[in-house]
Amino acid sequence: MNAAGIRPVAISVDPPEVSRDLSQNQGYSFTFLSDPNAEVIRRYDLVHAGAGENGHDIARPAEFLVDRTGTVRWVNLTESYLVRARPEQVLEAAKALK
Amino acid sequence: MNMRRLNWPLWVGFLLTLVAFLSYFFVFVWFPVTRDFPWANLVLFFIAAVLLFAGIRRGFASDRPHPTRSKIVSSIVGLLGLAVFGSFIFGMFIAARWLPASTGAPKVGQRAPEFTLPDATGKSTSLSELLSSPVNGNPPKGVLLVFYRGYW
Repeated sequence: MNAAGIRPVAISVDPPEVSRDLSQNQGYSFTFLSDPNAEVIRRYDLVHAGAGENGHDIARPAEFLVDRTGTVRWVNLTESYLVRARPEQVLEAAKALK
Repeated sequence: MNMRRLNWPLWVGFLLTLVAFLSYFFVFVWFPVTRDFPWANLVLFFIAAVLLFAGIRRGFASDRPHPTRSKIVSSIVGLLGLAVFGSFIFGMFIAARWLPASTGAPKVGQRAPEFTLPDATGKSTSLSELLSSPVNGNPPKGVLLVFYRGYW
C-alpha cells in the first residue's frame, strides 16, 4: 500500500493503548487513530449503536479512499460484516489517483 | 462398552458439527477467501450431516441392544447438530447483515469530513496532515480510511 503511495489509516473506538498493541503485533505501517466517543464515526455516519462489547457504540466496517484534495474517490460499505475490502480492490482504485 | 455397538457416526458427526462451527472463528476467518463466504465450513457441515444421518439411522436400527434409548439419544444428538448448524447459518448470513444503512456516509466525489484524532502514541493528527505528511519521502497520493469495529 505504501509503495503505491497510499497511507492506510485505521480508525475505531479502541483507545490508543489497545491500538498500540495491535500495531505492534501486526507489524503494520498503518496509522491507528482512536475515536473513543465515536465522534468522527458519527460524522461519517458509520455508527453501529450498542454493538460493542459493553453495549458501546462502535463503527460498522467501511473503507474510504481519499485523494490529496480531500475528495472521496472510492467507498466500500459492504452489506455483511463478514466481507471486507481486499488489498487488490483498494490498489485497483488507487490507480486512478495522481 | 463394546466398540462394535458404539454409534460412532453419530458422535463423530456431532463432533464435526462443533469443529465446523468453531473453525470459522479460529482458522478460516484469517483467509479472505474463506472468510467472506464460509464455504469451507459449509463443506464440513455437509460431511457432518452425512455422518449424523447415518448415526440416526443406526440409532433407529432394530438390532440395537437398547432400542428405545438409541432412538432418543440419536434423535437428540441429531437435533443438537442441527441447532449448531442453524446458529452458524443465522450468525453468518442474517446477523452479519444487521448493519446500519449509513446513508449519510461520504460518497464518491464528496469531501471527506475533516477530523483530528489521537494516534497510538497519543499524538493528535488531522486528516489534512495525513494527506500531506510524507510517506517514504513523498506526500501520499491518497489516504485509505479503514473504519473497523475495534475490540473494545
